[in-house]
Amino acid sequence: MEIFALFDCIITPACLISQTAGGLKIGMLLFLVASGLTLVFGVLGVINFAHGALYMLGAYFSWQVMSITGHFGLAVISGAIGVGIFGLIFERLLINKVYNSDLLVQILLCYSVILILDDLVMIIWGDEFLSGIGVPEVFQVPPLFIFDAIIPPFHIAIIVISMIVALLLWIIMTKTKFGKLVRATAVNPRMLEALGINTNVIKAGVFMLGSFLAGLGGALAASLGSVVSGMGNSIIIESFIVTVIGGMGSISGAFLASIIIGMARSFGAVAMPLFTDGIMFLIMVLVLVMKPEGLMGKKK
Amino acid sequence: MGFLKKDNFERDAFIGLIVWIFLLIFYFVIPSPGIHDIIQKVFILGLFAMSLNILIGYLGLVAFGHATFFAAGAYTLGLFLQSSIVNNLGSLSIPAAIISAIFISTVLAAFIGAICIRLKDIYFSFLTLAFQMLIYSIILALVSITGGDQGLMGGFPKPPFLGIDLGKPFDFYAFTIFISIITIVLLRQLIESPFGYGLRMIRDNPDRPAALGFNNQRHKLIAFIIAGSIAGLAGSLQALLDVGAYPEWAFWAKSAEPLFMILLGGMHSFLGPLMGAFIFEILNDFVTANTRYYGLVLGLVILSFVLGLRRGLLDWLLIKFYRK
Repeated sequence: MEIFALFDCIITPACLISQTAGGLKIGMLLFLVASGLTLVFGVLGVINFAHGALYMLGAYFSWQVMSITGHFGLAVISGAIGVGIFGLIFERLLINKVYNSDLLVQILLCYSVILILDDLVMIIWGDEFLSGIGVPEVFQVPPLFIFDAIIPPFHIAIIVISMIVALLLWIIMTKTKFGKLVRATAVNPRMLEALGINTNVIKAGVFMLGSFLAGLGGALAASLGSVVSGMGNSIIIESFIVTVIGGMGSISGAFLASIIIGMARSFGAVAMPLFTDGIMFLIMVLVLVMKPEGLMGKKK
Repeated sequence: MGFLKKDNFERDAFIGLIVWIFLLIFYFVIPSPGIHDIIQKVFILGLFAMSLNILIGYLGLVAFGHATFFAAGAYTLGLFLQSSIVNNLGSLSIPAAIISAIFISTVLAAFIGAICIRLKDIYFSFLTLAFQMLIYSIILALVSITGGDQGLMGGFPKPPFLGIDLGKPFDFYAFTIFISIITIVLLRQLIESPFGYGLRMIRDNPDRPAALGFNNQRHKLIAFIIAGSIAGLAGSLQALLDVGAYPEWAFWAKSAEPLFMILLGGMHSFLGPLMGAFIFEILNDFVTANTRYYGLVLGLVILSFVLGLRRGLLDWLLIKFYRK
């Protein structure tokens, strides 16, 4: 453990700023994925273990559109929308059959989908690493220097995009009729049905929105790194951590927890390079032991 | 539980002995190292899955970090046999190493279990997952002891004891199956004991045993510790087989394997998980020999069990042919 390295970093503006920006970038990307997971859990009561596989699909879809059209924005949007549609089919065909099943059945169903999708993308796109979709031309400029900290403008763009998505999600959930119906479905679906509202449509819509967010996260991740089968298997665990720390079903909690985890990863890499993941799990254990309902979850 | 109806130690032990002798004869009748390998792996993985089923099938607790104890057993055995203790213990090394492996996983299970059983449902599952990944991160970080992501390399000696040389394939085969069968017979005693029925009561209606003066939490903890110790034994046998230990054994995906076996074989029959291990191993062997896309096939099989059969194969067979 290099506690002094961490101390040195905190008192050096360059290191402090670049690590903070890095942490925000990691955290905000994580929020895109984890918010979908927590939304689906909060409304449908299903732990979608296959959420990471949807993230992977988003990366592959955007890679495919990028290689055909060469247009970055189009690639990202179609990655997200493509996964949203895929999620809708997934929900209608499989997930809706296990809404009232045991946790074990839900986990196994989702895990089988992970196994299938991981192999299907290998059959379709090959098992080599695909070199991402890269950064759009607008952002292919020299990095910004803030107090000697090197910050790529594209990272700022990712943070801003994610913040906008978070804001939109908040507006949808709190200010629109759809959001009200979604929250009502989470609390009392029977009552909604008695009022003549088809909750199946709402559930499918929520799952589609959750999948869209996973796809968007995957598409943006494809611009920062490579695309490979199984890339969802670590993001899903990180999304679980965020979901648990923030409070299961709480989107604002997921936002807070994503920033915490992003910072823990960024500064953890300075302090304990070999144990960066361990720090996240330690936080998860501590939250579950001391406040199982999460930082912003409702106590049962 | 079908054809083994009551708890009867002598008869169970006798059946176990017959099965063991049968498998020893089988070894010479079918002299195929590949098949022998599958059989010993089925028993090792079967122990792993049966130990998890104490929690899942009999207690209704979906533990999602069971590989923690498997890995703890494997690493303890490997580190023990790599250490200089072997020089002093000589022929007692292997039994001592297995006992230490069980001991360490038991202690770990007592510690983790005492914290986890305070939570319910999904929170319990998440906490077991979190502990598992914490242990995984620790294994990766302690490079000088565990070898980090390379795993425990360099092998270790397997000094013969009581005339058993685990370096010889037959000795290993006979020993592994013998230990597994003893454990399974003892586990059956536990499951059919008042303690075992207490677990089922807690699963079905936790308020009732509590009202009867049961200490539910203590029951859960003891079950968690026993499950962890058996998983540790399975891990130590796996380490003996592979002459090493690997961090993937502590990764969350390893905890999904016994879940598959329980699903495939059945969680409501005592030997269901063992049958699941058999199906899993056969599938693994057959599919990997024919295609690279093992996950695709396994995924489709699991999907058809989850949505089609809706229960494990042994559960299904028992309902269809035995119970009316």
